[in-house]
Parts: sequence; C-alpha cells; structure tokens
Amino acid sequence: MHDPGRSAEAQGQPILSIRGLTKTYASGFQALKGIDLTIRRGEIFALLGPNGAGKTTLISIVCGIVTPTSGTVLAGGYDIVRDYRAARSLIGLVPQELATDMFETVWDTVTFSRGLFGKPRDPAYLEKVLRDLSLWDKRGSKIMTLSGGMKRRVMIAKALAHEPEILFLDEPTAGVDVELRRGMWDMMRGLRERGVTIILTTHYIEEAEEMADRVGVINRGEIVLVEDKRTLMRKLGRRQLTLHLQSPLEAIPPALADVPLELAEGGHALVYTFDVQQESTGIAALLRRLNELGIDFKDLQTTESSLEEIFVSLVRSR
Amino acid sequence: MNVFMNVHAIRAIYRFEMARMWRTPTQSIAAPVISTSLYFIVFGSAIGSRIAEVEGISYAAFLVPGLIMLSVLTESVSNGSFGIYMPKYSGTIYEVLSAPVSPLEVVIGYVGAAATKSVILGAIILATARVFVDFGIQHPLWALAFLVLISVTFCLFGFIIGIWADGWEKLSMVPMLIVTPLAFLGGSFYSISMLPPLWQKIALLNPVVYLVSGFRWSFYGVSDVNVAVSLGMTLLFMLACLGVIWWMFRTGYKLKA
Repeated sequence: MHDPGRSAEAQGQPILSIRGLTKTYASGFQALKGIDLTIRRGEIFALLGPNGAGKTTLISIVCGIVTPTSGTVLAGGYDIVRDYRAARSLIGLVPQELATDMFETVWDTVTFSRGLFGKPRDPAYLEKVLRDLSLWDKRGSKIMTLSGGMKRRVMIAKALAHEPEILFLDEPTAGVDVELRRGMWDMMRGLRERGVTIILTTHYIEEAEEMADRVGVINRGEIVLVEDKRTLMRKLGRRQLTLHLQSPLEAIPPALADVPLELAEGGHALVYTFDVQQESTGIAALLRRLNELGIDFKDLQTTESSLEEIFVSLVRSR
Repeated sequence: MNVFMNVHAIRAIYRFEMARMWRTPTQSIAAPVISTSLYFIVFGSAIGSRIAEVEGISYAAFLVPGLIMLSVLTESVSNGSFGIYMPKYSGTIYEVLSAPVSPLEVVIGYVGAAATKSVILGAIILATARVFVDFGIQHPLWALAFLVLISVTFCLFGFIIGIWADGWEKLSMVPMLIVTPLAFLGGSFYSISMLPPLWQKIALLNPVVYLVSGFRWSFYGVSDVNVAVSLGMTLLFMLACLGVIWWMFRTGYKLKA
C-alpha cells in the first residue's frame, strides 16, 4: 500500500502532523483554537471529547471538507492544501451522518468511490472489502433497501475503496447495536494489522479503552491531553479502598498521618488511595495498623477509576 | 494517478450521472418525445396551417430549431442543477469534497454528463420532429456545434444554480421564472422581425434570442442576428458561467465552511 516512490524519510515521518490549526466559522464561533497533534503511522488514535468540542471540525479540515482559518496539516508528508491530491488520496473518511445515495447499488457506489479517488478499477480488491464487511451478498442491492447497520458498513466500504493509509471514523459506532460494534472493532484491528492508521472519534469511553493505542482529549477547541492509553490508565488509573467503619471517627488518627487516607461519609468511612502499579499496595500493612489501633470495619470495597472518570475530570477541570 | 488530471474521478462522476439518466427512461426519453409531438400537433398542424411561411420557411419547419432549443435550455439547466444539488441535499457531497479532485474535474464530470444528456435529448427531439415535418439541415456541423455549446453553457448555468440553491424551491425558481420565459420570448416560435420595432430592441437583451437565431441559421441559413454575434454571445455567456463557478470553488461558496 505504500508508495515506493516516496522517500524512506517520508515513510518514517508521522502519518499526520497538525500544527497550530485554528478554525473560526463565519458565525464567529471559534471551533478550534490552535491544535497541535501528531499521529503515528499504523496506530489507532481515539479522539475523545464532548459534543461540540471540535472533533468533527478537526476531521473535516484534515479531509478537505472545511477550510482551516490558519495552521498546517501534513498527511503522509503532503500539505493538505498545497498537495491536496497526494494528501487526500491517502485518506479515507467515514462521516458521522449516514449519507448515501438511494438508488445506487452497493457495487456501483464503491466503484464510484474508488474512481473518484483516482484509482483504476480493481474488482478483486473491492470484492475483498465487501466480503470483509459482510456486504458481498448485498452488492447488487440498492442502498435504500439496506438496514441502518448495513448502510454504515457501506460507508466504510466506500472509504476503504481507494486503499487509504489513513482512515477517519467519525463516531463509527454511534447508534449501532452491540454485535455490530464488536464487528467494527474487529474490522479496525484487521485494518491496523495491514498498516492502516485509524483515527476515530467517539464519546463511548469503552470504545477508546477497547481499541485505542493512544488517546487524545479535545475540549472547547483545544487538545487537553494526548497520552498512550496504557500510560494514561496507569497515571490516572488509581484505585481506592473504602473501609466502612463500625464507629465513626472524628479525625484521622495521628498514628496514620503518613498514610494517604481520607475520611468520608461523615467519618463513617476511610478512603485509602493507592497505585495499582506499585509493588506493594500497602493494603496489608494498613489493615494491620488499623487492627492495632482498634479501628474496626464492617465492610470494604475497592474501585478503579476508568477512562471515563479521567475524561470527565479532565473536561470538568477546564 | 495522473498528476495533471484525475481521469478516473471524471469518469466516475460522469458514469454516475449518466446512470441516473438510464434509470429514468420515462423522464429522460419518453417525456421529451411526447411533449415535442404535442407541440407539433398544436403549433405545427393546427395553428401552423394558418401561418403561411416565416422568412420563406414553412412554419412547422421554422419551429424545429426553436423547439429543440426550448427543451435543451430547460433540460440543461435542470440537469445541471440537479446533478450537484442532489449530493448537497443528501449529504454525499462530503465524498466529492474530500476526494483528490480539482474543481475543473468536478465540473467536467457533472456538466459533461448533463450536457451529454441535453445533446441526446436534442437528437431525440430532432428525430421526433422529422416524423411530423419535412426539413433539412444546411450546416449540420454548425448545428451540432451550437447544440453542444449551448448545452454545455446552460448546464454550467444550472450547475451554478445547483450550488446556490439551498432548497427545492430555489432550485426550481430560476428555471421556472427566468429560463422558461426567456426561452419562450427568445424567438422559439416566431421570428424577432415579426415583433413591433420597440420589442425587437428589447428582445435583443434576451440572450436566448442569440442562441435560437444561431441554431436556426445552421438549419435554414436565415437568422435574426448575425451568426458571429450569436456565437460570440454564447461563448461570452459560457465564460461568465465558468468565471462564477471558478469563484464558487475558490471561496467554497455554499460548499465548504
């Protein structure tokens, strides 16, 4: 899929490089306020953010649907404005809205997409795309006769028809049933194995947690955070142990001042925060010391902060 | 991919648009045949039998080029506008905007297909007319040249309307309120010389007069205005349309935010 004509240097470059990207709409609304973002070749990158954060605007600019106000975007080393032909032929887009022709057949529409992106006919490749998306049996059907889930897959097939190196999926699993969502995830993994870089926007945290190599959070037109998903989970993925006490405490006993403890529920509970990654969680030692101090508890539970909590706290703190 | 032209894209758009025509044969073929037949029955036979000759040509024969123009003009505008309006309306325009295509390629694809339909339509009407009237074409190559030029020009004009329109009403407003009246008043059914002197002058402000006149000249060698002027006006109108389209793509007018 790689262009042999491109230099080795270009192959080593990030697949997508966004610098100082801003967008102010004619209405005066500033959708993007100086986005800097680098996407690595072959990764699955999840862009998280609440509605109206600028996810779709960002994608639309990279794909050429929206004109940026300032800033540069390089796709595969090509400037998306100056070298738009080279840049765009690397990119496939599956937009959020289901927008398909009604009367076209599945086969005709994928053939159209491939041609539109400047590729010569290749029925064998298109057959493979349709088979992978379980659409081969429907190739002769008019799109209007297909179910919503199938239409969405048709849009993915259209985006893949020209063998893109970068695939944008804007909310790919919004309003999609569980089974189909699993299917989409499998498809994304398959594409990544073939070297396709995937950038997906979602507000299902579960999806980012499941799929992404790296996570970026965008809020009010700014990138709030970009982190390797595992690092992110590790860094912020702390656990808490909550001990429900037999009798309430007024304050944390001075003997336990060195332990990261908090009183909760009006003194009825002790909350101990620890890092899952550390060798010793310190739970055993804590319980021993509580016993020595004569503090009895009737119940205990541990909780793990999820990406969702991290996300919510990030967005709120802004 | 060809560095200079995305030929595959032009072909893809062209095929897509032409497929729409073959999907609706009633609308694209049967309708013009029926309406032309009606025109000839009403104007050619019923009324035409009472009009002796216009500029030495039988009235029925005189009608042929005008009728072709009338249909070609309205169909060109409607096809040209529909082709680009439809993806805007359904949202599928995202694909064209995100594709490695230049505005010129988009225009060649859409307008090329629309103009092809218009030329085919012109040929169908010509063939239908031959059933009712006996006529010859003095300058067949010029007739074809005028037909192609006018088809392309009015498809370009339609393309502009298709980009400009943001609702179905606007889409049909220009063809209904401007193109059809201009086409009717443009000498499709009569010679400008039949009008009172003042109206002859006013008629010359109507661009359609030049098109019909030039096209009729290619049939019978008679015209209301000089053929060179007809050709010049057609080309001028075409350039104006291209200029507007160029500006639309450059600014992203109603296409890109």
